[in-house]
Amino acid sequence: MASIDSGGGDGGHKKGPGVKKAKKLSTRVDMTPMVDLGFLLITFFVFTATMNEPTALDLNMPKDVDDEKKKTEVKESSVLTIMLGKGDQVYYYEGKLEPDASNFKQTTYKGIRDIIINKKAEVKSRFNPATVDPKACEDEKNQAKKKGDPDWENACKDIDFTVIIKPDDDASYKNTVDILDEMTINQVKRYALVKPFEDEVKVIRATESANGIK
Amino acid sequence: MTPFVDIAFLILSFFIMATKFKPPEPVEIKTPGSVLSQKLPENNAVLITIDSTNRVYFSVMSEKDKTKYDAIINDINTTQSLGLTPAEIQNYRQTYAVGVPFGGLKQLLATNFKDQASLKQPGIPVLDTLNNQLVHWIGAAKRAFAGEKGFKYLIKGDGHSKYPTFEAVISALKKNDEFKYNLVTALDDVPSGSEFSKAQYFVPENKK
Repeated sequence: MASIDSGGGDGGHKKGPGVKKAKKLSTRVDMTPMVDLGFLLITFFVFTATMNEPTALDLNMPKDVDDEKKKTEVKESSVLTIMLGKGDQVYYYEGKLEPDASNFKQTTYKGIRDIIINKKAEVKSRFNPATVDPKACEDEKNQAKKKGDPDWENACKDIDFTVIIKPDDDASYKNTVDILDEMTINQVKRYALVKPFEDEVKVIRATESANGIK
Repeated sequence: MTPFVDIAFLILSFFIMATKFKPPEPVEIKTPGSVLSQKLPENNAVLITIDSTNRVYFSVMSEKDKTKYDAIINDINTTQSLGLTPAEIQNYRQTYAVGVPFGGLKQLLATNFKDQASLKQPGIPVLDTLNNQLVHWIGAAKRAFAGEKGFKYLIKGDGHSKYPTFEAVISALKKNDEFKYNLVTALDDVPSGSEFSKAQYFVPENKK
């Protein structure tokens, strides 16, 4: 039967040599479950933490002008026209498109970088101070100097170099961003985003069907 | 074990504080990469989203000043005479993104914001140059944010969306005389040896 030990009887509070002392409870807490939970939470937050913060690419567009006189003019010899087609294809030509499209060439997004670099170097090597507006040239140099460019003396040599980007209707947004990014990578200062002309679209279509790009 | 546990909890508290949860998005967007590492603004901005099927969404980012939301929706309500109820106008504050033509706006705002995610939004019509409704949205935002410093237009497009949609968005911005935009991108590595990578490591004269 259940009985309560009243502590009376023979023992009393006299503790003899054979009597065990009452156990003192330990003040230590078992931390294992807490640590388990802690690590679980660490793992969770490590995985959910968004480390790749989105970044932004600046894009400035000019105002549309209808007046022919106010339109920006570029020198034919220092223009590179890049057209973006479907299937991640890039087409380009230097200067003006020949009527027989003989200078119309095809490349990829990997190949276009060298073409931009080469064209830029070519324009730089042909630099003739007599043909440019000295004030614009001076502005260009000052800007480069401000940025800390050690090569600022040569900053205005590519002042005429212009890239015209013409994405056609089948080009994706990624293609557009890629090519704009290429402008930043190669430090092209003057570039424009415009619609391709009809004859250019025709050549693109012809090349696409000849190469079987869908 | 105590020091070990101490460190573990320190790391834990760091991650708890450093983690920011993404706001709910109407659609998943895979942005293309670019080499620029400019940070994105979180306030005073208008975000135009283009998803992979060329649907366009319009959202306002103004956590600090919620009255901007009211100003924009009231503007749209008046100019397009949509006849929205005050409750629907109030609901716009919680609406993450609008991707419906004006005709469907009343229905979208009548839906509780928690259920909006499951609502299929067809996108704001932009491709028709005569009925580019984004022009009105941007116009309303421009009036609401007039005089705010650092107000920006963000364009977040999916890599697979087609160029004509992007062009239509740009033309809607141009019609409102806005010519500076930010394209939202993921960060790519800068190709070594390129002119940009050289330019990045310049220390400007005045900062040496």
